Amino acid sequence: MSIPNVPQFLVHSPKDNVGVVVVEDLKAGTKMSGVVTETDTAIAAKANHDIPVGHKVALADLKKGDTVIKYGEDVGIVTADLKKGDHVHIHNHKTKRW
Amino acid sequence: MSVKSVRTGGASGKHAELSFYGWRRENGRVGVRNHVVILPLDDLSNAVCEAVANNIKGTLAIPHAYGRLQFGKDLDLHFRTLIGTGTNPNVAAVVVVGIEDGWTKRVVDGIAKSGKPVIGFGIEGHGDIATIAKASYKAKEFVQWASELKREECDIADLWVSTKCGESDTTTGLSSCPTVGNMYDKLIPHGITGVFGETSEITGAEHICRERAIDKAVGDKWYAMWKAYQEDVIEAHKDGDLSESQPTKGNIAGGLSSIEEKALGNLEKIGRQCRYIDALDAAEAPAKGAGLYYMDTSSAAAECVTLMAAGGWVVHTFPTGQGNVIGNPIVPVIKISGNPKTLRTMAEHIDVDVTGVLRRDQTLDTAGDALIDMVIRTSNGRLTAAEALGHREFSMTKLYRSA
Repeated sequence: MSIPNVPQFLVHSPKDNVGVVVVEDLKAGTKMSGVVTETDTAIAAKANHDIPVGHKVALADLKKGDTVIKYGEDVGIVTADLKKGDHVHIHNHKTKRW
Repeated sequence: MSVKSVRTGGASGKHAELSFYGWRRENGRVGVRNHVVILPLDDLSNAVCEAVANNIKGTLAIPHAYGRLQFGKDLDLHFRTLIGTGTNPNVAAVVVVGIEDGWTKRVVDGIAKSGKPVIGFGIEGHGDIATIAKASYKAKEFVQWASELKREECDIADLWVSTKCGESDTTTGLSSCPTVGNMYDKLIPHGITGVFGETSEITGAEHICRERAIDKAVGDKWYAMWKAYQEDVIEAHKDGDLSESQPTKGNIAGGLSSIEEKALGNLEKIGRQCRYIDALDAAEAPAKGAGLYYMDTSSAAAECVTLMAAGGWVVHTFPTGQGNVIGNPIVPVIKISGNPKTLRTMAEHIDVDVTGVLRRDQTLDTAGDALIDMVIRTSNGRLTAAEALGHREFSMTKLYRSA
């Protein structure tokens, strides 16, 4: 897979199960091209929802109670089941701290 | 100034040749601005200070909300912040005005240790009008003296650069925060003095932050600060779920959905190689020489920048995602953003555009060089967006209720 000219999403670490949409007006159904920045490798995902710029997309099917990994680190818990390509935000992701 | 060497990037030795033009003060520290400050001891003295600044052009009043009936550590912090602000090398001279003479003298004596011109006036027994007249004569003398001071070429090692991010989103962790980290990785080895803080916003990445200390003793000192904040502030005052204020509404709008995610993006500001050499109390001046420091601050932008300025830092680098508009009265605040929507909707607030990092047509290395270039230009006198737009947020940190 080649590195896209302008990626639609970026992923910090190959360990991550979420990526970040970096373009405005991304529509549901878009076949997105992305880059894992740590390794500079290409990655693809299809968006199941309209996802605003800066918001996250799931890179795997995740179950309630699973850990969300970003920067290769634990960034909280999944609070509702989600599919690969789903919008990940406060409706299905929460801190483990409070 | 060897801007060319910055633009070519590459060998870190190139950054050693960097210089800037600043004002070397009586205590040897170098400032990048030349303010004559009219500094109120307390809230009651704001009116006199603003009148003096109105009378004498080129002076700057810094009104604030506190200074009466404070005690203990809260009062210590109040004095440390005022004395540190007056001592900051971006300030050439200071007129202090207080409601009474005793505490006014305490601030004057503290600032006088720097060797710069400073004088104080108490209002009681004289009234506002006579005080304004006396302070105005002195302010005029100071500003005319300061206006003849000249900038001189200084080594990059004379520069103190602070950082704190605000209105963060996921783009700050991908672009603007690691741009600041790249700047520190390149300039800390050449002797600049840096500082980061935001104790509450390290939550979720405290294991990583603790390990970035120079040694175990400093890491333990940092951890004790972080833990004290959790226990004394969060646990003591929380009334349920903090998810509405950490992350903030702005953070959430920008795509952040947990404090851990926010903290990891935040820590990108300290780069890959830097290690902090001490953990400072709020507004405390560093004492271990050049290098990166941690300061125990609030994560509220204006409070944090005010404390870092009081610690002696002269230029601030401020990554933002959603578009925090903050400035500071005495320290130029350089805004860096990689969020394409923010650059489209409020570009007048952004000094360094790193949207290319998200498009992948700009590397973090070139983004870091662009920031270094802007730090030097700002130090040489270029007004930041916040300065041009008149942002002068000065916010004192208060630890608890006054007596």
